[in-house]
Amino acid sequence: MSEARNTLRFIDGEVSRELSGFDPTLTILDWLRLGERRMGTKEGCAEGDCGACTVVVGRLVGRRVEYRAINACIAPLASLDGRRLITVEHVKAGGNLHPVQQAMVERHGSQCGFCTPGIVMSLFALWLNESEANEERIEDALAGNLCRCTGYVPIIAAAREMFERGRAAKEAWTARSTDIAERLALLQDERRLEIVKGSRRFVAPASLDDFAKFYARHPDATILAGATDVGLWITKEMRLLDTVLHPGRITALEAVVEEEHAFVFGAMTSLADAAKPLGHMHPHLAELFRRFGGEQIRNAGTLGGNVANGSPIGDLPPALIALGATVTLRREDRRRELPLEKFFIAYRRQDRHPGEFVESVRVPKLGATSLFHASKVSKRFDEDISAVCAAFRLTLDANGHVAEARLTYGGMAATPKRAPIAEGSLVGKAWNELSAEEAALALERDFEPIDDWRASARYRMRCAQNLLQRFAVESCEAETQTRVAGPLARHHVRSAGAEASFSGGL
Amino acid sequence: MVDRSSLDERAAPEPGGRRAAKSAPSREPTDRLVNSRMHLAMPHDSAHKHVTGEALYIDDLPEPAGTAHLYLGLSERAHAKITAIHLDEVRAFPGVLAVLTAADIPGVNDISSTGRHDEVLLASELISYHRQPIFAVVAETRDAARRACRTAKVTYEDLPPVVTVEEARRAGSEFVTPPLKLERGDIAAALRQSPHRLTGSMRLGGQEHFYLEGQVALAVPGEDDDVTVHSSTQHPSEVQHMVSHVLGIPSHAVTVEVRRMGGAFGGKETQGNLFACLAALAAKKLNRAVKCRPDRDDDMTITGKRHDFLIDYEVGFDDQGVIQASDLVYAARCGFSADLSGPVTDRALFHADNCYFYPSVRARSEPFRTNTCSNTAFRGFGGPQGMVGAERLIEEIAFATRLDPLDVRKRNFYGRGERDITPYHQRVEDNIIGEIVETLEKTSRYRERREALRAANAKSRIVKHGLALTPVKFGISFTATWFNQAGALVHVYKDGSVHLNHGGTEMGQGLYMKVAQVVADEFQLGLDRVKITATTTGKVPNTSATAASSGSDLNGMAAQAAARMIKERLIGFLAEEWSVPGEEILFEAGLVRARNRSMTFEELVHAAYMARIQLSAAGFYKTPKIHWDRKTGRGHPFYYFAYGAAVSEVAIDTLTGEYRVERVDILHDCGNSLNPAIDRGQIEGGFVQGMGWLTTEELWFDKEGRLRTHAPSTYKIPVASDRPRVFNVEFFDGGGNREPTVGRSKAVGEPPLMLAISVLHALSDAVASIADHRFCPRLDAPATPEGVLFAVEEMKARSATLCREAVR
Repeated sequence: MSEARNTLRFIDGEVSRELSGFDPTLTILDWLRLGERRMGTKEGCAEGDCGACTVVVGRLVGRRVEYRAINACIAPLASLDGRRLITVEHVKAGGNLHPVQQAMVERHGSQCGFCTPGIVMSLFALWLNESEANEERIEDALAGNLCRCTGYVPIIAAAREMFERGRAAKEAWTARSTDIAERLALLQDERRLEIVKGSRRFVAPASLDDFAKFYARHPDATILAGATDVGLWITKEMRLLDTVLHPGRITALEAVVEEEHAFVFGAMTSLADAAKPLGHMHPHLAELFRRFGGEQIRNAGTLGGNVANGSPIGDLPPALIALGATVTLRREDRRRELPLEKFFIAYRRQDRHPGEFVESVRVPKLGATSLFHASKVSKRFDEDISAVCAAFRLTLDANGHVAEARLTYGGMAATPKRAPIAEGSLVGKAWNELSAEEAALALERDFEPIDDWRASARYRMRCAQNLLQRFAVESCEAETQTRVAGPLARHHVRSAGAEASFSGGL
Repeated sequence: MVDRSSLDERAAPEPGGRRAAKSAPSREPTDRLVNSRMHLAMPHDSAHKHVTGEALYIDDLPEPAGTAHLYLGLSERAHAKITAIHLDEVRAFPGVLAVLTAADIPGVNDISSTGRHDEVLLASELISYHRQPIFAVVAETRDAARRACRTAKVTYEDLPPVVTVEEARRAGSEFVTPPLKLERGDIAAALRQSPHRLTGSMRLGGQEHFYLEGQVALAVPGEDDDVTVHSSTQHPSEVQHMVSHVLGIPSHAVTVEVRRMGGAFGGKETQGNLFACLAALAAKKLNRAVKCRPDRDDDMTITGKRHDFLIDYEVGFDDQGVIQASDLVYAARCGFSADLSGPVTDRALFHADNCYFYPSVRARSEPFRTNTCSNTAFRGFGGPQGMVGAERLIEEIAFATRLDPLDVRKRNFYGRGERDITPYHQRVEDNIIGEIVETLEKTSRYRERREALRAANAKSRIVKHGLALTPVKFGISFTATWFNQAGALVHVYKDGSVHLNHGGTEMGQGLYMKVAQVVADEFQLGLDRVKITATTTGKVPNTSATAASSGSDLNGMAAQAAARMIKERLIGFLAEEWSVPGEEILFEAGLVRARNRSMTFEELVHAAYMARIQLSAAGFYKTPKIHWDRKTGRGHPFYYFAYGAAVSEVAIDTLTGEYRVERVDILHDCGNSLNPAIDRGQIEGGFVQGMGWLTTEELWFDKEGRLRTHAPSTYKIPVASDRPRVFNVEFFDGGGNREPTVGRSKAVGEPPLMLAISVLHALSDAVASIADHRFCPRLDAPATPEGVLFAVEEMKARSATLCREAVR
């Protein structure tokens, strides 16, 4: 092992930067605003929920640079190592507004203007990555950006126009990107990054083995993956973390391997990347991922982080448990694999030994004899944390009866949890609304739901029960509309015919 | 040839004025006129700076060398006596420069905006709400100040907190301000004589402003007593006044400045005082610039919100659904102090009629003191809550009579020349709600869609559709009559460039742009010649809050008056120079001309300067016609009314209570819009904000009085995908404001928010479909998915009971 590197290296717009000796958990936003006095990027909430601080980060994937919008308010500056940062100040080129900016001006997309730089950056990322986008895609790209003034109408209009206007500008950006890719390649090295200030440090190993070794030796270190939760410990709880261990430079941890009967995700697979194979497997999974936070959160947050965090209201664990996922835990060179449902022991407590970390998650594919369903219910449809999140997998026997039932819920207990009594009531029965109703009654013996500001215990229980009915109706009566929002609902509206809604016709 | 029509119109607006642009297309400038006129759809003046991040908000301003940072130490109880405050550890914390408590206040420890002396800046003995400020820490960095705050040890003797309106009523809590009663006719007799009567009540939640830019102030000390405060405030004059009181110095020593706010919505009408006063106090104490910017969670727990209400009603009506009498009680959670609760609860009563004539009426307010943050102004200022009550009455009557709610609405609209007296005895003189609703009913195809949706509901087991049309009539003017005044300052420099300043503040609503358009139009100059400058108490004194939708009405007129003064002086000068009658001198497209002669505006200005003509003027405006006597509940508090109507269509999921707003059609009256692009933005944005209030935005206080939804992770304002799937916005072509407002325009800041009441009623319509529209769902707000699901279940249960009874 060569010596550690104490200097953070990244490209800021076009400029190579080398920084050291800064606060190890300094956020990108605080560095920009307090350090650089670059005031275009705004702080709205400091918790990754409003998007006013949105910046775009480019990283090398193979030989090209992949650009993604993230929340600068909760992302540590040190996580930029070997990457490129693009802020709103970089977008205007040669004194000319970028097509995104021009469209926002002309369509009256700003009023108070405070959310605007963040919205420009989210749209800029969309513009850079895609050659066109329909309204739904634009809404997804903006789900992590709150605007309190406009009602979003002119912003969506601007987004629709930016592609048309931006052809020449896009060529210029793409051309520069090749050069940037070469420069980023030079920044990748095998040395461990250690940003040290006083007794506190940010450690980012370059290899998985080094990471495992370091964590085994320093089991008290805080693993910071996408920082979508740990970031709030820093900005909201003001915790002074002694050693932050960041696996963001280890490409091996981002590998997605497709086996015959399963996908194996490296723990650092971003939610955005995990969404592709899993969403392809079932449309409900695609929708679950689409509604996971905002795009900035999906870009930063990781599959492993969502699992290891152990929140009772995490969006993925119910689906992963229903699918029969397993986690591989590793300590130095020793690995053990256990079913995900066994991993969660109690509220925010997991079966993870000191020095042990989640290395990968294996998600079995859905078999031909399986029925699957996932639903999330939240106060606001997009970019909200679930009141109840449900995922069901039924395996049917040759007679069409339930051979195995996996009914999993989030928001119903201190951990994401299966419903054994309800599951038992289904086995051996035909799957229909009647058996769903019996299972729904059994849920009252399976769970004592959380009661809080997101939802009352009574509402959670009733939703948990009704989602079984939704599943049964969707399984048995394909023509019945069961949802009102999101792409799944739109599908149903179309199949239900024009008279059911006038929303189709402008 | 000179286009006289446009000039004549500016000189003396014709009654009725010019026709407003229907559906607000951008009005292309003609060759003849420069691109500066009123009524054009110009982009926001700062749009370029917004999109590039170059627009400076207060936290973005360059900090003077040595700027220190202030953070607040907050109470951990909602109601308690403070037994001890231990701050030694705080003082010893690295980087701390000073710790301030109530004892450090040289002037008055009070920031009550209505002079009731019930709002301490820093609590020293009694804690009145959870997260009330107790002390302030000033440190080298914000981070150090914030961390130091957490080392304080405060001990308390707990007192029982009063959190909700119901608790306040049960406990016999006092009122924060004298209640108001509006009364006309003999209510008891009228109710007795009504063919039908019904009673009910409704819970209506509050709303967090969620301005994207949080509260912030930067105070810079000067010599003597002087201090300049950059404050994110809608009311610089009040901040000035508060700072002077807290510091015990004259107002002339305090200058308050604000170029722009990153949103305000009423949340910065009084709520900025706290942060500005503390920053100023610390700045003078330390003789260093001091900035104060609370974290979002602290901002949301410290500052007041829209008032939540409990509305009790009794209404008498006939078989046709015509109201005979309304008896209404609006009880509000005002929080620990009065703040603006008096005028807010008054305005709720002023809108308890919405568009409807009550032959006999009694409306009473109950502004309860509670141990919660002090509720304050929020877009609509009680008006929305008043209107929601009126619309509930209509809905109840519709279900009781089994009439279409729209028919009940129309039968109860104010008349013209009859049935036109409001509960506060003002005659409704400019009523156009009938035409607006007739038009919208047709363009939205209300009747056909209602039929079709009901047919669709019959075939749809799980998803149910709902449709509703609700109207808006909103009174324009501050009900505190003296606030209806404004000043402006216009300088013309020797090079012909114009400096514009007025008392209004810019919070995103486009006020600066509209007023600049008025001034550019007056001089017939391009907008690039008019410099919009930051609002400051040093240029225009004794200003009113930019609130009550009055910004452009008041400041537009004041600025126009100032510009006209200068213009008249220039005309007088030129008339003499050219020996032509002044009436023949015309300003047009950067030129000044008469007969065969012309010169550029710059040439004229330069010549006038050389002839020692004053090129600066202070304009002033006060709203005519208005008066109000609160004691008798009579008067003419509103100069005019703004009208509009909306049809909303929703779909609900009866298994989860989730819903979607499928389509909205709006027809709104902006008079002759000063800027159709900006006004359209106000309508769309106001609607979506109102929709949030009535649907997903839930303020959840626990039993101990702690607000638990204090960040965007838990408090859910609408996102892009929540906006109506189809959103048609049209401007009503009503021939302009009947009153001679600036350009015959109408105020537009608040009224559109109330168009969203149609969403609540569409949800209710969808819920009611479960029981074949036999029962009024009495849907409370916010109608969260949880609220909708439980209303659905209640409908199912009542329907089942009815079936069982039928079988028996």
